[in-house]
Amino acid sequence: MKKDNMLRIKGLHAQVEDRAILNGLDLKVSSGEVHAIMGPNGSGKSTLAQILAGRKNYEVTGGTIEFCGKDLLSLSTEERAQEGLFLAFQYPVEIPGVNNAYLLKAALNAQRAANDEPQVDAFEFTKLIKGKMELMQMSSDFLNRSVNEGFSGGEKKRNEILQMLMLEPRLAVLDETDSGLDVDALKVVASGINSLRDSKRAIILITHYKRLLELVVPDHVHVLSEGRIVKSGDRELARTLDKQGYDWVREEAANL
Amino acid sequence: MSTQSKELSELIEKKYQHGFVTDIEQDLIPPGLDEDIVRLISQKKGEPEFLTEWRLKAYRHWLTMAEPEWSHVHYTPIDYQSISYFASPKNQDDAPKSLDEVDPKLLETYEKLGIPLHERAKLAGVAVDAVFDSVSVATTFKEKLADVGVIFCSFSEAVRNHPALVKQYLGTVVPQRDNFFAALNSAVFSDGSFVYIPKGVRCPMELSTYFRINAANTGQFERTLIIADEGSHVSYLEGCTAPMRDENQLHAAVVELVALKDAEIKYSTVQNWYPGDEHGVGGIYNFVTKRGDCRGANSKISWTQVETGSAITWKYPSCILRGENSIGEFYSVAVTNNYQQADTGTKMIHIGPNTRSTIISKGISAGKAENSYRGLVRIMPSARGARNYTQCDSLLIGDQCGAHTFPYVEARECSARVEHEATTSKISEDQLFYCRQRGLTEEDAVNMIVNGFCREVFKKLPMEFAVEAQALLNVSLEGAVG
Repeated sequence: MKKDNMLRIKGLHAQVEDRAILNGLDLKVSSGEVHAIMGPNGSGKSTLAQILAGRKNYEVTGGTIEFCGKDLLSLSTEERAQEGLFLAFQYPVEIPGVNNAYLLKAALNAQRAANDEPQVDAFEFTKLIKGKMELMQMSSDFLNRSVNEGFSGGEKKRNEILQMLMLEPRLAVLDETDSGLDVDALKVVASGINSLRDSKRAIILITHYKRLLELVVPDHVHVLSEGRIVKSGDRELARTLDKQGYDWVREEAANL
Repeated sequence: MSTQSKELSELIEKKYQHGFVTDIEQDLIPPGLDEDIVRLISQKKGEPEFLTEWRLKAYRHWLTMAEPEWSHVHYTPIDYQSISYFASPKNQDDAPKSLDEVDPKLLETYEKLGIPLHERAKLAGVAVDAVFDSVSVATTFKEKLADVGVIFCSFSEAVRNHPALVKQYLGTVVPQRDNFFAALNSAVFSDGSFVYIPKGVRCPMELSTYFRINAANTGQFERTLIIADEGSHVSYLEGCTAPMRDENQLHAAVVELVALKDAEIKYSTVQNWYPGDEHGVGGIYNFVTKRGDCRGANSKISWTQVETGSAITWKYPSCILRGENSIGEFYSVAVTNNYQQADTGTKMIHIGPNTRSTIISKGISAGKAENSYRGLVRIMPSARGARNYTQCDSLLIGDQCGAHTFPYVEARECSARVEHEATTSKISEDQLFYCRQRGLTEEDAVNMIVNGFCREVFKKLPMEFAVEAQALLNVSLEGAVG
């Protein structure tokens, strides 16, 4: 398939509270692709996710990010979301009193309004979400519960994937969605992610472990170290990293 | 993006939507207050002797009272001689007999306010008594209500047509001497609503009053009296707005509710008086006394209030739980933004055995506002087995506002159970970011989080009011973040 470079990150430098985290990161992601970004703690993986989503306090000091032909950094957080960028959070926040159905419907309608599409009504919404909840093995009472409040770790992660399936983003960034999941929950989450894979969308999986990558097989695997991508490969790279750790990659990078 | 920025500027300009002034010829008596003014008000309203005397008694007592200073609010002293105590649209002598005769300009005002007064009323199924400054302008649905024996009219009309009922109940819940503002109201009250639900009748529709202050330099002193006779049931809604003016205006109302044996009164308020501008200039002083008396066994009074307006709110809708097994409820959302101040809460006085009360208070502070909950739960020695549950939650937006809780509990009966829970929280950066990442604007995210915070109270409101309350909340918090 022809590469469209839906996401193009060039020489990205960023800092948080005067501490440099990203140091010239380059990445290209095209429609239909799944990229995995791996790397040791503190290498800048989550920072990259937060910057893509437009979090305050993460200051971009250099480089550019182009998303679907637009200058991503000039868009607000909600504009990026409306353009089809989705972040599955590592630690989804609780919102007491706001039920899941309400947030999801509001999110869906915000996206539709931005695309001049008609608003979804309660009937259509229920129809849309039913099959997706079954896929994520969530019971219907979940919709009336407050967002993430009192959810187990696994429930929070499944909820993130459910939201992703409802919003059908062009680019989904999953920040350590696999962490804290048992084997069964991991399978559910993986099947959710795989159901979104198609030629129009792209997915970035940020993870420490290969076990998710055995279930959602990536087209490309990148290793992030000290704020840069220091090695790229295919799924075999993930397996090697799992066996040998990151030290050899760092050494290799240092010798370049 | 241009449509978005247009919407944004519309949002910003939206602010207080009810701040228009209606140009109508006023019958306004000169500012100042003395016994002659009190007599003049009574005379203008063609009141019987007992009421004139009742007013004068209140006035004389008021002179001996001092303005209360214990509340957590600050304002420059009110000059009671500079206020005009009576304003009414002219043509009172040939008062309207039906909606068709009501001044079209007045109707237009109510249209602008979105009150379903005309045909819309019938569709909405709400009977509206609209109080414009000091007089009650029109009451819809009178005949339909009369069929089941329900009396729903302006207070003045009740004085003319049902003087015995007025005499029997007026001041029995809030006595003339109750407090400074109640005494003032008793002396000069202008109009308000009167409701009587006969024995065993379930009022077939929601009753509603809309208050509006239009004239400048006037105070509005309305008086509402609702009597639910044995085994009856009524739900009553009250909404309030005022034009934007630089001066502060006084609103000192009194509401009395009487629930006899097995009767139930549900009283809901959406208060949206002009809160003043973002610098704290202007706005309504809302000093209100609201009290319900559960006089009979198994009676129930439920207050639900959404307070978004007024420069200062001083208001404690209370329940006297006299009857055995009677129930008092108070559900409140109080929002303060900019320089608004609210000191609000409730009193639950347990007198009868096995009386129960529930208090759910949600205070939201933004800008430089101060929001206080002040509540009293008193269990008298006669209230065996009384129970109370109180929950006070405060939500802060920004770092320059304040939230305060002053709960008082007096339990003089050892079998009583009193529970109190309180929380204070802030809208976190994480919550906002999460919602915005899902495509919501910051404004919408705040509204959603605040609405979630208030959900327990909103679900107690009648449907149409719940929608209005949410919308109002959103308007009053505009510009609270970012």
